[in-house]
Amino acid sequence: MKDYRYLANVTTLELRTEACTGCGMCVTVCPHGVFRIIEAKAVMVDRDACMECGACARNCPANAVTVQSGVGCASGIMKGMLRGTAPTCDCDGTGCC
Amino acid sequence: MIPHKTDDIPHVSTDLLLKDLLGRWRARWGIGRMHYTIEPGLYAVGTPDEQSPVFASANYRMSFDILRSSLKGLDGYILVLDTQGINVWCAAGKGTFGTFELATRLLTCGLPDIVTHRRIIVPQLGAPGVNALEIRKMTDFTVVYGPVRAEDIPAFIENGMEATPTMRAVTFTLSERAALIPMELVPATKYAVPAALALLLLSGVHITGFAPERIVHGGVINMAFAVIATACGAAGVPLFLPLLPGKMFFVKGIWLGTVLDLAVLMAHRSHFPYLPEAWQLAAWMFVIPAATGYLAMNFTGATPYTSQSGVQHEMKIALPLLGAMGAVGAILWIASLFI
Repeated sequence: MKDYRYLANVTTLELRTEACTGCGMCVTVCPHGVFRIIEAKAVMVDRDACMECGACARNCPANAVTVQSGVGCASGIMKGMLRGTAPTCDCDGTGCC
Repeated sequence: MIPHKTDDIPHVSTDLLLKDLLGRWRARWGIGRMHYTIEPGLYAVGTPDEQSPVFASANYRMSFDILRSSLKGLDGYILVLDTQGINVWCAAGKGTFGTFELATRLLTCGLPDIVTHRRIIVPQLGAPGVNALEIRKMTDFTVVYGPVRAEDIPAFIENGMEATPTMRAVTFTLSERAALIPMELVPATKYAVPAALALLLLSGVHITGFAPERIVHGGVINMAFAVIATACGAAGVPLFLPLLPGKMFFVKGIWLGTVLDLAVLMAHRSHFPYLPEAWQLAAWMFVIPAATGYLAMNFTGATPYTSQSGVQHEMKIALPLLGAMGAVGAILWIASLFI
């Protein structure tokens, strides 16, 4: 999304080029155009646009992409902080989803 | 496994009735939100046959309604997964719109006996939960990732099931942001209303004794500030998001709160009858931006572009800063009771 930039240099997204087979799944599933296939390999052309949704890592058949995806909302992170766990929304049905 | 006869598959219309639109409105306001579901399973749209496309969806009624209303004039099947009433993207992140649920639902609905092709169209935003390769291993079906927005499905199909880059990109338009306002406002009022009432009563308190007339004058103004800060934070941040300065959301919120502060000062500039009120006004200069900053920080959970790592980073800075602002405001306000 051209108009919306969040923070730079914080994403946990990693790509191991040597494992990449250039299948293009990451390009297909990424909602923010992070990847492009250049000379038969995936390239992170806009790494800072990554929102850590995990679609790329989930669908890479070569396990070349990793990212830490999880609950990203502030209240979920706070719940995790208070309980000493990972961020959790443990949907209590208030329906913020 | 007994294969389904096509007549057994419930048929749904592609038209949305008033009750569907009302239901969607209620869901946006969080009214009966977790009951706004449909039964998982297979549904038919138009007059499908064994060659017709199959679309996967969530059992959140809003997701289902958006999908079926986008299939006007098409013949196909909708495979509804049990996502416990959650929409596709959130459920995918949680894993309920996931590989296992898609595979088992597909098989238990007897899809292999209903269609002769082996393709299932999955919304692109289901990808965080669905491993396409695993689905093929488990079911023999190939996942075709459809466009982000259901409304692009007809064009996607006409284009030979190829998506354009625009179809694959998520947006955050004004109306998309505005639709989220009720679910920012409603949870915020749970805190804002008791706080406003408490302030109303506390305004009558003073070291010289309880004075009801102070409630009528100062108390109402205090209550108004609490309500205004909450409403402007909850509605203003989504509405003005691209205009508010700063990358971090709490900074955007503080900017909004500062603008409110200026408006409050302008409204009050010829009006300081009680000295305690001046101290309370000073308190609000800190509390308003702290409140809008906090509301803005919470809005990160509703956007399609913030990341967990980014929000964690932001919170490390925001929580101490907003806490300090709130504390200064609280101290000034309490001091006003002793002036």
